[in-house]
Amino acid sequence: MRTSFFIFGVLAFPVLADPGANDIQKILQRDFHPRGQATMDRVVQDGLQRVCTDSGDKPPAEVAKALEADQMKSIAFPAGSLMGDWQRGEKIAQGGRGLTWNDRAGQPADGSCYNCHQLSDQELSYGTIGPSLRGFGKQRGDTPEMQRYVYGKIYNAKAYNACSQMPRLGASGTLTPEQIKDLVGLLLDPASPVNK
Amino acid sequence: MRAGLLGFAFWVLPLFIPAFIPTSLAQDSKKEIQRYRQMIAEGSPAELFEVEGEALWKKPQGPDNVSLEKCDLGLGPGVLKGAYARLPRYFKDADRVMDLEARLLHCMTTLQGRTRESATARVFGSADRPSEMESLSAYIAAQSRGAKMAPGVSHPKEKEAYALGRALYFHRAGPWDFSCASCHGEEGKRIRMQDLPVLYKPEHARPVVASWPAYRVSNSQFITLQWRMNDCYRQMRMPEPNFGSETTVALITFLTVTGKGEPYRGPGNKR
Repeated sequence: MRTSFFIFGVLAFPVLADPGANDIQKILQRDFHPRGQATMDRVVQDGLQRVCTDSGDKPPAEVAKALEADQMKSIAFPAGSLMGDWQRGEKIAQGGRGLTWNDRAGQPADGSCYNCHQLSDQELSYGTIGPSLRGFGKQRGDTPEMQRYVYGKIYNAKAYNACSQMPRLGASGTLTPEQIKDLVGLLLDPASPVNK
Repeated sequence: MRAGLLGFAFWVLPLFIPAFIPTSLAQDSKKEIQRYRQMIAEGSPAELFEVEGEALWKKPQGPDNVSLEKCDLGLGPGVLKGAYARLPRYFKDADRVMDLEARLLHCMTTLQGRTRESATARVFGSADRPSEMESLSAYIAAQSRGAKMAPGVSHPKEKEAYALGRALYFHRAGPWDFSCASCHGEEGKRIRMQDLPVLYKPEHARPVVASWPAYRVSNSQFITLQWRMNDCYRQMRMPEPNFGSETTVALITFLTVTGKGEPYRGPGNKR
């Protein structure tokens, strides 16, 4: 950790003229107001967001490793099979609601998966910010290890790639463990359209 | 005739209530289609907003009952030709950088005597009822057609706004850890079918800067850059940015300076 502190001092130097992440946060606290469920605590960065912002999403390898290990602790893996119902998973992957100021608080959120990923063959309207997940389970199988990896990745993508652009869908409270299991089913179940 | 209609409504309508509701909906959408056809026939839909905006520009309003015609958008009181193409810029009287909408809000409060609260009560409109700010934006932006986009870049506060906007662009926050660059960070990416411009690259920012504000065909709305910042933050799962705040103006400054140099060709149409 002492090394990482030193490295950040060096990294911060070339952008010294620009406002730092701490200045930005204060400006956001002044310029934003809460609306609906989108409360002001959301503008406060956590340690990971701060490091990713400060390093342009490229923290030094050992810092990234430490952050990933720390994020891994947020994942509570349920006992037993992690394969849920792919049909429910497909609905969760299609939907884009949840957590915005005009979504009703307390309503189940969706995964917004198709916004960024290709999944089922028949859905042609998919985004490309994330990698294509077509045939994901067909290529990798549905072993307990693979189920655990997919569950963990959806629960907290930052445990595997510190500055990933993918939201921490479980750790942020967006999706429930049941919903994440259904998404594991969508990705790994041989009957899922992802694997057809 | 009136009595006849009332009688019809009183005696006959209750029998047809289930049928009546869809009919009224159908009539609404028929009216919408008629409105749309009329707009297409008359030219670009954005022109309707320009006409409405001109009327609002000249309409006496507020406690002081004056129009906005003496509003100084940077080139002198009431000078509209080419004014939009020079925004955002630093305004000495307000001692800050303003984009078009922040400046209009300033004129509404200083010239017309309106409170900030009343002037911002409804800045973003709907398909049925566009907002005053949107119509004014359409009217004023249209007076810059053909003018090269040349926002302020030399005043220290303009430089500061640009630097703040750039830092905001890459600042990650909120429950989904997003920055602007999460979506607008790499070339060739889409959300669903929507292509995403990489707005810190001049070649991507230029066509955006040259065409906003714009009429959005998919939801029959006229949309402004303040709306765009607002709705991006909504989708980033953040709280709501204050209208015309330093944050939104800085982002618009960063975008406009990055994409400066092309002749303005809006307000145009978007999907």
